[in-house]
Amino acid sequence: MTSRKVPEKLIEMTKENLAPRQPTTATTGLSRFRRSRRVLPGFLPTLGGTLLFLSLIILLPLAALAIKAADLSWADFWMQISDARAVATYRITLTSALLATLFNVILGVWLAWILTRYEFPGRRWIDAAVDLPFALPTAVAGLSLATLLAPNGLIGQLFAPWDIKLAYALPGMVTAMVFTSFPFVVRTVQPVLADLDPQVEEAAAILGAKPRTVFLKVIFPAILPAVLAGATLALVRSLGEFGAVVFIAGNLPFQTEITSLLIYTKVAEHEYEAAAALATVVLGAALAVLVVMNTIQGKLYRRLHG
Amino acid sequence: MSITAKNIKKTFGRYTALDGVSLEVPTGKLVALLGPSGSGKTTLLRIIAGLEFADTGSGGIFFDGEDVTQVPAGQRGVGFVFQHYALFRHLTVAENIAFGLKIRRRSERPTKKAIAEKVAELLHLIQLEDLGGRYPVQLSGGQRQRVALARALAIEPKVLLLDEPFGALDAKVRKDLRRWLRRFQDEIGLTTIFVTHDQEEALEIADEVVVMNNARIEQVGAPQEVYDRPTSSFVHRFLGNVNQITLPWGGLIDGSTAHVEDGVAFVRPHDIELVHFSEDRDGEAAVVYDIHAAGPVARVSARREGNNESVEIELPRSQLALLRLVEGDCVLLRARPKHPPVSEYAI
Repeated sequence: MTSRKVPEKLIEMTKENLAPRQPTTATTGLSRFRRSRRVLPGFLPTLGGTLLFLSLIILLPLAALAIKAADLSWADFWMQISDARAVATYRITLTSALLATLFNVILGVWLAWILTRYEFPGRRWIDAAVDLPFALPTAVAGLSLATLLAPNGLIGQLFAPWDIKLAYALPGMVTAMVFTSFPFVVRTVQPVLADLDPQVEEAAAILGAKPRTVFLKVIFPAILPAVLAGATLALVRSLGEFGAVVFIAGNLPFQTEITSLLIYTKVAEHEYEAAAALATVVLGAALAVLVVMNTIQGKLYRRLHG
Repeated sequence: MSITAKNIKKTFGRYTALDGVSLEVPTGKLVALLGPSGSGKTTLLRIIAGLEFADTGSGGIFFDGEDVTQVPAGQRGVGFVFQHYALFRHLTVAENIAFGLKIRRRSERPTKKAIAEKVAELLHLIQLEDLGGRYPVQLSGGQRQRVALARALAIEPKVLLLDEPFGALDAKVRKDLRRWLRRFQDEIGLTTIFVTHDQEEALEIADEVVVMNNARIEQVGAPQEVYDRPTSSFVHRFLGNVNQITLPWGGLIDGSTAHVEDGVAFVRPHDIELVHFSEDRDGEAAVVYDIHAAGPVARVSARREGNNESVEIELPRSQLALLRLVEGDCVLLRARPKHPPVSEYAI
């Protein structure tokens, strides 16, 4: 019944293809806008809806936080965030989060490699299990890790004779952070690895590259933007991790106390302004990491994909 | 360097990609592996390159008589160009070209200066002198393929292998680039094999065409030879248009260009002569039902009187005008006598 008319979109696409190409690859902001115009109907309602949700769920609480912190005078604010105990928590949080992220990058790339390059029984199960840390309440993870790594725990007792403390010390905190942010690197690197053109590796091999060279000079640069993206998410997640870490950290001020726990303590002591001040530091740090890493990652990505 | 493939067999699971293929490519020749997809041509090229290995128990690959069957790709000294360029996207054009030299062990690596000179020389060769600092994503398809070629040539290979090198390019660029390859090959004289499914491409630039089908080689010969004298019905059908005419056929004369196999004559449309019907001449009677005269060559379709089989005839438009042919005319068809020997008037 329907009449077969050539869709307008097709005609336009054809016109676009036939039109002489600009010699430069640069596109103006306007033409970029126009190209994406018709992918979804109703640009304004969708944008409006997105902004509304973004405001309600993310921006509003953040603004409330800033407003609360603004109750403090600059001097008080500075005193709260530069307090020796607070500074110690920054150091501890940052150290363990960086270690956890480094671990996650190595482990994540490794696992993504195995999952994309090999076909073996149980591969799908492992693939599904990667997401478990997201599914599990982080407190549960923290508890079970603490049980395992405690000096009398299944793994902890292996290290106890050498006086190595896992739980209630840095190794335990790092383990908890690794656990909760593990899926990020795997899940960002995996699709990129799967999409790599095998012929690019063959081209390198035929030019005389050994497998190690192929990985370092051809594969790694190609997945680097994805690795950075995953590492950024993992780092930011670890910086803010609370549930898993509190159960395993021991929470000794100046030794194993992380910033989010200090914030929690301040709240429990009804020092809301102090809690808000510390929270703005965490927020600022996370934002800075995101901005810097996204800029680097974006540059790399554009070089690879235009 | 000459390339010899002896009795190569390759199976992927149950699928046979190559079924005992032997091939001899003399030094300095440009050879086309031509065939439909799935005919095994790319597999053969990849086995020659060392990217794939023949099944155990089959023959081997020899470069200048030396057995390289077990030698890995990186040590065979071959240049390979992929259909989709396979450039390193994180490296500039110049870095891409230098890759094969830069990764060499220090003892074998040319100096920085020598590498830079080599890159400049190759950039000049592919006429992209000004684009050495660009990234592949900033280049057009034709430019990318030239970069891929330069990258393959940088290691000074003894053999150049190209897998559907022009397949991803548009028609105009494809034509330019293949003529460029022919000229380049004439100058350098590097033994070159390229895979293609485009018969026009193979016939235009190759010294020798290897027609493949169904994991086997159907025919090997100069372009003119495989086109004019196909040895099998497959080659006949694959190279150019062809009429398949059920015998007996009144228009088949001894010494004609027709190729007869299993009671079917294969005759190309331009090898059929057409005259108005008259009682006193030989030929197969047919009725013209379509005349298509756009372009330099007129195409006439006629139906045989005996069995209604459709036959296509191509003839110059001037001749069509002389014949004053109209649809519904009764005509006589016959296969053209074999080509007279090629005269020497062309310089």
